[in-house]
Amino acid sequence: MVTTADRMVTEHPAEVLPKLEVTDLSISYGNTNVLSGINLKVMPNEIFGIIGPANAGKTSFLKVLNRMDTFDSNMSFEGDVSFNGLNTRKLRNLYALRSRIGVVFPLPVGLPLTIYENVALSPRLMGTKSKVELDIIVERCLMRAALWDEVKDRLNSLGSLLSGGQQQRLTIARALSQDPELLMLDEFSIAVDPVTTMRIEDVLKELKKEMTIILVTNLVQQARRLADRTAFFLAGECVEIENTEDLFTGNTQDERTLGYIEGRFG
Amino acid sequence: MEMFSESILNRKNKRTQTLFRTLFMLMTLLLILPVLIILGTLIYKGGSIISVDFLFTDPIKGMTAGGIFPALFGTVWLVAVALMVSVPLGVAAAIYLSEYAPNNWFTRAINLAIINLAGVPSIVHALFGVGAFVIFFGFGTSILSASLTLAIMTLPVVIVATKESLQAVPEAFREACWNMGATRWQTIRRVVLPNAVSGILTGVILEVSRTTGETAPIMFTGAAFFLPFLPQSVFDQTMAMSLHLFVVSTQVPGVPNALPYGVALVLIAMVLLMNSISIAFRMHLRGKKKW
Repeated sequence: MVTTADRMVTEHPAEVLPKLEVTDLSISYGNTNVLSGINLKVMPNEIFGIIGPANAGKTSFLKVLNRMDTFDSNMSFEGDVSFNGLNTRKLRNLYALRSRIGVVFPLPVGLPLTIYENVALSPRLMGTKSKVELDIIVERCLMRAALWDEVKDRLNSLGSLLSGGQQQRLTIARALSQDPELLMLDEFSIAVDPVTTMRIEDVLKELKKEMTIILVTNLVQQARRLADRTAFFLAGECVEIENTEDLFTGNTQDERTLGYIEGRFG
Repeated sequence: MEMFSESILNRKNKRTQTLFRTLFMLMTLLLILPVLIILGTLIYKGGSIISVDFLFTDPIKGMTAGGIFPALFGTVWLVAVALMVSVPLGVAAAIYLSEYAPNNWFTRAINLAIINLAGVPSIVHALFGVGAFVIFFGFGTSILSASLTLAIMTLPVVIVATKESLQAVPEAFREACWNMGATRWQTIRRVVLPNAVSGILTGVILEVSRTTGETAPIMFTGAAFFLPFLPQSVFDQTMAMSLHLFVVSTQVPGVPNALPYGVALVLIAMVLLMNSISIAFRMHLRGKKKW
């Protein structure tokens, strides 16, 4: 059997450093194991899709990538996660790691600040004080998140009172304001209408030129539309990782993957 | 038979419903009755004595005449100093317990201690205050000792109110901030505290109204029976409204009937005023909900 690592070598020149490398990762909450034996690499500027039914461990996986496990005393993991070749276990400043990784949650979280402050928060946390600089960041991020036209006249109203779809785009703008190297989206379209979803998907295709994207989705077709490679997670294991095109043309290694994609279960 | 005509069961349910609603309403009315009677009596018997002079002159003729200014002044002092101690301490403790403390036996023990502190009778606080502040720390009977005793007594109110308003801020907001690379403190300062401050202030105002009326904790620690002059610093004794009411009602012969009622009326008005501010504040903030 061809391992994931082997396939990576053939597809990418050896000198390209993976953005993210996960080795023998397993995650548990207390004594309950939710994910085990994960090995994968995410290359720069690719959209890496993760599909799988509920309770597959997808969200827990994302939480370990930006080391949010440190905020949850119940959560622990084994194995290693390297970001830009650096083992995140050995990083002293996890805050700096998180600031390079943008995260978008399933349900939009508009912070109870003005729209402007929502987007300006992260740059401010990083020490940007200049009003001009912040103005530029806010406008650029809102534009890229396809929200600028709808809110440019009311930047000082509360972000948490926008509609669901708008809040989700605000969340994306906020993630972009971090100027992230890696953007992780966790089922971002759950609370968003189809038209907005398509607009966000177009945005993601653009963003791919500048950053790496991990897209967890429960919509198989969304992975097909966006992802370069797709991993199938099921009940705490990574069943397989394939080029998305192979996955959807029936070239799966595992019967279960095909079953899930064709909607026979899950 | 028509689909929406009343069955016997419907009618019976309706009757029971009316019965219980009436019952609960009567209970509620019964509850506010004492309040109305107290206020009514106070206004009826003591209203005539209230005047600007009454509020702003000293008591004379062995406290059987004159005003209540030293007591009013002293109560404001006591409450202000108590707040200066209990608010920073209580808010800091609440922030620690709500935002930082791990969920282990130690934290649970502290929480339990706070609940128990709230249940300690005020006379026990008073005796503790005598032992700790008056004697051990050597502050003597003074505003400082009395206020510290009051502060310790009302600390649980501040802690619980602050903790509740911090926990009312959705966890998702914190997680969103942490995911951006914010530290716990940045998250607290930028997102959690600004949205909890209204609840904290409400708790503080409630504490003020409680502190204003307390008698036992200040009786042995700093409040004086009668003082012909105003306190000059926190190390002086002072008169206080609550103790003054006790004194003119029971300890001094020949007090005109209206005087204690007048003192009680002013005291209750102070407390009600603080409570009303608290309620108005809460309503104002509820009006502009942020999520």
